[in-house]
Amino acid sequence: MYNGGKIIAGLIIFIALVTFPFYTNMGKTIEKPADLAAAPDELHIGDLPIGQMRAEHMMLLDKWRDEVVRGGQRYITYDGDEYEKSIQNGCLACHSKQEFCGKCHNFAGVNPYCWNCHYSEEEGLL
Amino acid sequence: MGMIFSLVAVIVLVAIAFMGAKQNLLGLFGVAIPYLAVLVFIAGFIRKVIKWGQSPVPFHIPTTCGQQKSLPWIKHSSLDNPSTTLGVVGRMALEVLLFRSLFRNLKTDMSDGRAVYGSNKWLWLGSIAFHVTFVVVFIRHLRFFMEPVPTWVNAIDAADGFLQVGVPHLLITGVVLLAAATYLLLRRIFNAQVKYISLPADYFPLFLIIGIAVSGILMRYFIKVDIIKVKELTMGLATFHTTVPDGIGVIFFVHLFLISVFFAYFPFSKLMHLGGVFLSPTRNLANNSRAVRHVNPWNPKVKLHTYEEYEDEFREVMKSEGIPVEKES
Ligand code: HEC
Ligand code: HEC
Ligand code: HEC
Repeated sequence: MYNGGKIIAGLIIFIALVTFPFYTNMGKTIEKPADLAAAPDELHIGDLPIGQMRAEHMMLLDKWRDEVVRGGQRYITYDGDEYEKSIQNGCLACHSKQEFCGKCHNFAGVNPYCWNCHYSEEEGLL
Repeated sequence: MGMIFSLVAVIVLVAIAFMGAKQNLLGLFGVAIPYLAVLVFIAGFIRKVIKWGQSPVPFHIPTTCGQQKSLPWIKHSSLDNPSTTLGVVGRMALEVLLFRSLFRNLKTDMSDGRAVYGSNKWLWLGSIAFHVTFVVVFIRHLRFFMEPVPTWVNAIDAADGFLQVGVPHLLITGVVLLAAATYLLLRRIFNAQVKYISLPADYFPLFLIIGIAVSGILMRYFIKVDIIKVKELTMGLATFHTTVPDGIGVIFFVHLFLISVFFAYFPFSKLMHLGGVFLSPTRNLANNSRAVRHVNPWNPKVKLHTYEEYEDEFREVMKSEGIPVEKES
């Protein structure tokens, strides 16, 4: 081979970059963040089956935002109770930020910027 | 023709993945094919580069665009026509990172019967937008292959989504990638000269990449899939503890299959310019042909007879005939 040293060195660097996920994860066991306890076709607040919540909860929040901020409809009844269409007063009335939303988001590498405004650490643990 | 053929090929690939996922062949499409594709990619890449490394470069190829290093009072263009390894590294870096040679792309027109040349930066712009966003999109996907997700991956995601439009937040690179790939395709279709030289091997990668981008964008914003299960699957691949959770959504398998085809096709296609650019003799050789002797590696050994040996052999005869010699004995 001509200039073999340089070419092989380049190849090794390239392969090391490409296979990066394989050797950095070597031997790890991956813990799932959540398992659904409820039946997936039960209705969650917002009229979505719970099974679809994982994929579509952010759409529900977006819809709520429009309904509140543009339509002025702040409340929703679910299972006979009234809930606020809101992250901090609605979702977090039933779910815990760290344990529920946070765990899952960390796993998926999502960091909703909504928290910048909708939850301040000083408010204490919700 | 080539265009229709490539388009149909990509549509068939989408249909295969669609039907496979519908038939619940998830182990095949979610595990076996991706692994196979990565294997083919790595082995094919190595094979190709080794093969290129084995081809001799018979000449020093100084196809350059600037003044060669010469007398001290002639201005040397040290990046366009480097005479040292450092200069070559500089030229290569500019080429790889900034696509300098595309920046020189010209447009030729006839004006009053004379050819006139003008600057034409669209190819450069489309190309660099395409490649840069492709890299960013590629890096962003590391969130599916690392646990915990490193902060720098999250930071890139946040920077990419800094417009903070919509949920899930709009990622700029995805949109730019699709737009740039579409531009590169339209250029092939509407520019008559480029169309004339375009082959299926040119159209197919473009359609494939457009297919990948479209399926990814659809999956993120419109036909939602369960990202948590997707990550279970991808982490299974990365840790070699494969699992295929059910209920992910067909569109994911279409996306994954197109990516697999992309990787498996890579080493056999023009996409190999990823490695090839570093091995192109017109880019990676210093133009020092007047300072350093470049020996053609396949030159046969030539038997030499130097003047000194010649004189040694004929000195006496030369002296007796009055021919001047360099050494007297
Ligand atoms: C009335 C209480 C209540 C409210 C309010 C509520 N949820 Fe839920 N949510 C539940 C229950 C109960 C489940 C089922 C949890 C389980 O079985 O593990 C659930 C499930 C979910 C899941 C699926 C979890 C999984 O592991 O698949 C998501 C995501 C979710 N909720 C998000 C939200 C969001 C976002 C909001 C605000 C828009 C919200 N929830 C408001 C009660 C609520
Ligand atoms: C720049 C700060 C800011 C950010 C970021 C932000 N919001 Fe809001 N949001 C507001 C303000 C201000 C209101 C109006 C509050 C009111 O009228 O009670 C609001 C209202 C809402 C409401 C109506 C109910 C409520 O909480 O008062 C929803 C739902 C909502 N936002 C969802 C979201 C979601 C989802 C995101 C992330 C994608 C987000 N917001 C990001 C500032 C913000
Ligand atoms: C079962 C896992 C899970 C749970 C639980 C969960 N999320 Fe999410 N969330 C996700 C995933 C995955 C995404 C990213 C989806 C995507 O990229 O398409 C996401 C995205 C979001 C987004 C959009 C963020 C963006 O910037 O794009 C918001 C807002 C959000 N989640 C709010 C919440 C809130 C509030 C809770 C808790 C009440 C919650 N989520 C609980 C998995 C979860």
